[in-house]
Parts: sequence; structure tokens; C-alpha cells
Amino acid sequence: MERLQYNYLFPEISAREAQHVKKYPNAKVISLGIGDTTEPLPDVVALSMANYAHGLATPTGYRGYGAEQGSKDTEVFVSDGAQCDISRLQLLFGSNMSIAVQDPIFPAYIDSSVIIGQTGDVETESGRYQNIEYMKCGPQNSFFPDLSKTARTDIIFFCSPNNPTGHAASWEQLEQVVRFAQENGSIIVYDSAYAVYITDGSPRSIYEIPGAKKVAIEVSSFSKIAGFTGVRLGWTVVPKELMYSNGFPVINDFNRIVCTCFNGASRIAQAGGLASLSKEGFKAVISLVDYYKENAEILLETFKSLGLRAYGGVNAPYLWVHFPGSNSWDVFNEILEKTHIITVPGSGFGPAGKEFIRVTAFGHRENILEASDRLTTLLK
Amino acid sequence: MAAILFQSPNPYRNLNTRAYKTKVSRNENLAKLQAGYLFPEIARRRAAHMLKYPDAQVISLGIGDTTEPIPEVITSAMSKRSYALSTVDGYSGYGAEQGAKQLRAAIASTYYADLGIEEDDIFVSDGAKSDISRLQVLFGSNVTMAVQDPSYPAYVDSSVILGQTGQFQKDVEKYGNIEYMRCTPENGFFPDLSTVRRTDIIFFCSPNNPTGYAASREQLTRIVQFAKENGSIIVYDSAYAMYVSDDSPRSIFEIPGAKEVALEVSSFSKYAGFTGVRLGWTAIPKDLLYSDGFPLAKDFNRIVCTCFNGASNIAQAGGLACVSAEGIKAKTHHTFGSTFLAGSWDVFSEILEKTHVVTTPGSGFGPGGEGFVRVSAFGHRENVLEACRRFKQLYK
Repeated sequence: MERLQYNYLFPEISAREAQHVKKYPNAKVISLGIGDTTEPLPDVVALSMANYAHGLATPTGYRGYGAEQGSKDTEVFVSDGAQCDISRLQLLFGSNMSIAVQDPIFPAYIDSSVIIGQTGDVETESGRYQNIEYMKCGPQNSFFPDLSKTARTDIIFFCSPNNPTGHAASWEQLEQVVRFAQENGSIIVYDSAYAVYITDGSPRSIYEIPGAKKVAIEVSSFSKIAGFTGVRLGWTVVPKELMYSNGFPVINDFNRIVCTCFNGASRIAQAGGLASLSKEGFKAVISLVDYYKENAEILLETFKSLGLRAYGGVNAPYLWVHFPGSNSWDVFNEILEKTHIITVPGSGFGPAGKEFIRVTAFGHRENILEASDRLTTLLK
Repeated sequence: MAAILFQSPNPYRNLNTRAYKTKVSRNENLAKLQAGYLFPEIARRRAAHMLKYPDAQVISLGIGDTTEPIPEVITSAMSKRSYALSTVDGYSGYGAEQGAKQLRAAIASTYYADLGIEEDDIFVSDGAKSDISRLQVLFGSNVTMAVQDPSYPAYVDSSVILGQTGQFQKDVEKYGNIEYMRCTPENGFFPDLSTVRRTDIIFFCSPNNPTGYAASREQLTRIVQFAKENGSIIVYDSAYAMYVSDDSPRSIFEIPGAKEVALEVSSFSKYAGFTGVRLGWTAIPKDLLYSDGFPLAKDFNRIVCTCFNGASNIAQAGGLACVSAEGIKAKTHHTFGSTFLAGSWDVFSEILEKTHVVTTPGSGFGPGGEGFVRVSAFGHRENVLEACRRFKQLYK
């Protein structure tokens, strides 16, 4: 715990927002920072949860403990969300494990790695933790790492579409990652939380790549699919054929972790998840996803018209905007101070994020349009 | 013996020796665990029994699962919240990882009024089992722990997983490096602290699962004293506090000085029937400090923000209604065990085979459970009465 350098990134952003609101009580702050969904749930989903809750008051509708995994004997483990699953996976792997991460990346992989004891201290100059392999992703390599320069690690965390860069790896690129894992005997932990945002036909699941079932675990979430950021529901797939070096199936140990360290996702949330996968429900949640994607288009257009290089926003609800030569916390502060818009400084996602700002596309349409206006005024 | 009896099918049985294997080593801590977690094993046995006797009316007094519907005042709060999520004004996304302010305040004022535990000392969770593991992640692998013997298996199993323990010693059925504090009828189910070695962490569950024993004020004072003398931290599990019917303490914080040595884990599961809804909390006093003076609560907060993302907002709405609602009477909870001379798994099997009642063998809770069977009192009244009739038949 002492090794961790700062607070977790997102509570820090919340704290800054709170400070700003205190300083400017009359300002209309627009949050394009924390990637939090904003639009109400579809009726069919909310109703299914309301009905399920109601049923718990009746003898026939009451249910107690559910299977910790959601349902038994499958490779799909239902959870209370990807962030929790990532830590449970770290618990599974233990401290004698080396990891590789994309740089920049959603901070939970690194922070959980530090907490579990897989890393050394942070190098103050570079901002990197010892014993983590950082796979740099930037405009220079089109946000896909050069695997020929990547050292072997036991675990490779790979998030696609990527948070924060928005890049969705192509079939060929994922094929490279799978081959790399096979050659090195590594395990990929593939985070597909944003897969439904893909527009260009890039793979939505690592298992679209042949051979992936022998090398990869996939983590996903209903948060950004169905607006379940507060409801809490996700899943992790551990294929039966994924094995440790001694032939022991990883799924057996993950099952043990889930049964011992967890007690299942809320049944009410699971009812909502089921409804969101029904024909009517899925149609409704996808229309919300499209709404956020349209937000992303609007923001992309705005940044483009200002002559700024904005990446992402096409296959993910995040824009990754480049301010060459700058320090992202300075840019964050300036944007906040002058336009009352919260973003997230890129260095919060790793050393390679230093010159970037992440802008989320979640928000009410009128706020997105208002934010675009303010940014145009500031940056033109 | 217990380990052999309920080991899962050999995971290597279908191994094609030419199948691709990664080069990632299995976490040796997981390999230390002797068998599956206890309760899924009970569920497996129950399912197998039901297959064998499809017409038997099986009564489950095994897994401690609540069976009675949740009061409407609580479920309608959850329904309302669910429905509100489909409206512009009622929708909310990520909540504070520590829980909704209102709920934290309600928990503090309802259970800890006048005990000096405040709103911001409360961390709302998806249940005590998850919190126990998060606490273990907080403590790390370089700590020693003491548990009651017998005790709820999650404390020991999570300790093994985190790497705090040595190997399982089959002759004594204990993991190396854990201090087992024996609780038996001979010592009134309270350990003789004079024979207990110092450990960093002391897990203490009262009222106790599985023995049902609620420690007295005097006994808890001794535990707090013991922790103080040794500079240990007590993890006090008060999940069954609502079932106390005498004047035994319901919270460790009723004991003077406890705020400097203890944190408390609790749950809505057995109180509000929330076993499937998933809600609990952990209370960490500001005065609980590491040896270097750093407050535990700060690190736990970091864990909660990084390894968790808050309890479901719908469950929290239910919790708020539960804590604010008047007239919710706790059911009286009687667990009882009987002593047998045979092994507890044998007794479990005999009871199951002859009466179709599922119980839980005491050895699943530690070597101190050998010779006992745990019978849970959760169940529809008519099933509990029927089970009693069947027991009388068997043991007359």
C-alpha cells in the first residue's frame, strides 16, 4: 500500500471537481471527466428490476443466496463489475507474477498489481513501477504496441477498445497479441468493456481470434453497455482449456476465488442484466450507446475544427486529445478554470499520457453541445 | 479425513498431456487449499441427494440461507429506486465507492449512536464475505492471524489465498502459521486467551457462526485488553448481532478502548434477508492506526476505490429503508449442535441419508468442529417443525 504514489485517479478528479464548485458556486460545471453514463435506463430494464425487487416480498418470489458465479458449470462468471473482477484476478494470480500493460491505460490494472505485491517501487523520473512492462501506445505507432520490443511477462493486460485512447485493435493486431502470448506462454487478460462502441468491424471479443481460448481471459461489464455504473454488473470468461504450466485449469482456481472472496452479484442487478439482453432490452440499450457515440462525433468534430489532434471517439466513448509539449495536469487545470469543464489529465493513465487529455462522450446532449461551444471559444 | 471426503473431481482427469499449457505458474497459495469452499460442497451433496431420492422432501438446514420474504417497506424502496433509474431526475451512475452518504449516516446513527463511530467511518459493501477478502488484501501476506476454532471458513481460506499461512497439516487439520483459538463446551465456547499466541490480526465472530455463542461484555473486554497488550487488530464480525436476545454486546465498540484496536464487519444478509440482494458494511474507527501511526481507514479507502466500485445503488436503497423502518423485529436465532462420537461428515451423511435433512458438518469450520454438526434455523416454520420430527425419529 505504501508503494502507491497517489490517490486512485477518479476520486482525485472528483475531489478537484468539488474544489472547483466551491470556488465557483455559480458556474455550470460540465463533467466530461469520469466515464460515467448519464442517460436513464430503458423502461424494460428498470421495470424488470423493480418487479424482481417486488417479488422478493413474496413467498414464491423470494430468493436467498445465488450461485457465486451467477450460474454454475459455465465458463462465464457473473460479477459486480470489471473493476472488482480485475482485483479478483490479481488475487488469483498472486504476487509472484509479472504483468504487461498498455501505456496509457485504465489505472486499475497497475494499482491492483502494486497492491498485490507484484511490482517494485515507482521510478520517480519515469513514473513507472519497477517490474511492470509498459507497452507504449501513441500516435507514432497508431496506438498499438511494438510487440517485438516487449519483454515476456506472465500476464498481459489488454484493453480494446482502449480506455483512454479509444483505439480498437484490428483482427490482425489481436492475432499478433495472441501469437505473442502463445510464444511466451503468457496469459492475456482482455478487457472488452467498450466492445459495443465499435463501429468499424474490429473484433468485439478476443475469442474471435483462433487459439485465444488457450491463452486469454476476457473481462467485461454492463456499466457502459446498459448504464449500469451504479447498478453493478459484469462478467469474466475463463475458458476451460486455459491452463497453468503444470496443466491445472485456471478456471478451477478462479471458481475457488469467486466462491471464497465473493458472494455473487446482486440478484436484482442480474435480473436487469437479463432484461437488457432480451430482444427489446438490447435494442433499447444499443440506442443509448448510439446516443453516446453521436456525442463522441460532435466532440471529435469540435476538436478537429480547432486544429487539435483528437484520437478515439469512433470505437469508444473517449476522445484522446493531444496537446504536444504540454503537461496534462496544466491543460486540465486551464480547461477547468476557463471553461468549467472537467476532463481527465492523460498522465493519470500512465507516463505515455503526459501530453494528452481524455474527454468522455457520456453526457446529456445539451451539455455536450454547450461544452463544444465553450471549448471552441477557449481554444480557437 | 474431511479433505479426502469432499475433494472435487480430479481437475487433471481430462488432461490431454499434449494440450497447450501456458508458462504461467499456478499460484501456490491456491494449491494449499485442501478442497472447495465449504458451502458449495454442501450444495453439491444436497443436489446429489435430490437426484438419488427425487421424491424425498429434502429440508435444507445446511447453508445459512434466509428463506422468508423481505418486508414490503424494504422491497418497495428497491422497486422505486429501480424504476427511478429509468427517469431523467432519478437516474444516477457511479456512486461513492464508500456508499451513499445517507446510508452511511443511517448505519452510523442506528447501530453506533453514542459509540463514537461516525458516518465517514462506515464503508458500505456488497457483503461481509467480500469485505473479509478486501481486508485481507489490505493486510497483505506478511501478517499473522488468529481465528476461533471452529469458525466461518472465509477467514482461514482468504488467509491462505493471500499467502499468510503455511501448508495444511493433515494430522491436526490446521494450516501452518494460523493461531487457532479453540472454542468448545468445556471452555464455554470462549477461548482461553492465556494460551493464545500473539498475532497481528484476530478474527472474532460474535454471535458465533457456527457455535451460536455470543460473547459477554466481560469476555469482549478481555479480548480488547488482549489485543491492546499485543498491539493486535481485531476484525470483529457482527453479522448476527441482531439475533442477540440477552444483554450481550452487539458491537465491539461497546467495549471501552475498542476503537483503538478493532474494526467491525457486518451484513444485511441475515438481518434483512439480503443474502441475494448483497449489502453489508465495515466500520473502521479513525483511531485505528498501524505501528507507524498511519490510519487503517485511509488504506482501506484506497482498496475500496481501486478494487471495488460500490454496492449496487438499488441494494443501498433497500438498506436505507431497512435501517429507517420501524417495527422490523429480528427473528430469534437458535443454532444448536449436538456432540457425536463419529466424524462430523459421517454424521452429516447419515442425517442426510436417513432424514433427508441437510446440515453442515462441524469439521468444515475447523478441527474444533469435529464432533459437531451445525444446524441452521433459517427455514419456513413448517419445514423446521418437520425437521425436528424427523430428528426425533432418528435419535429416539
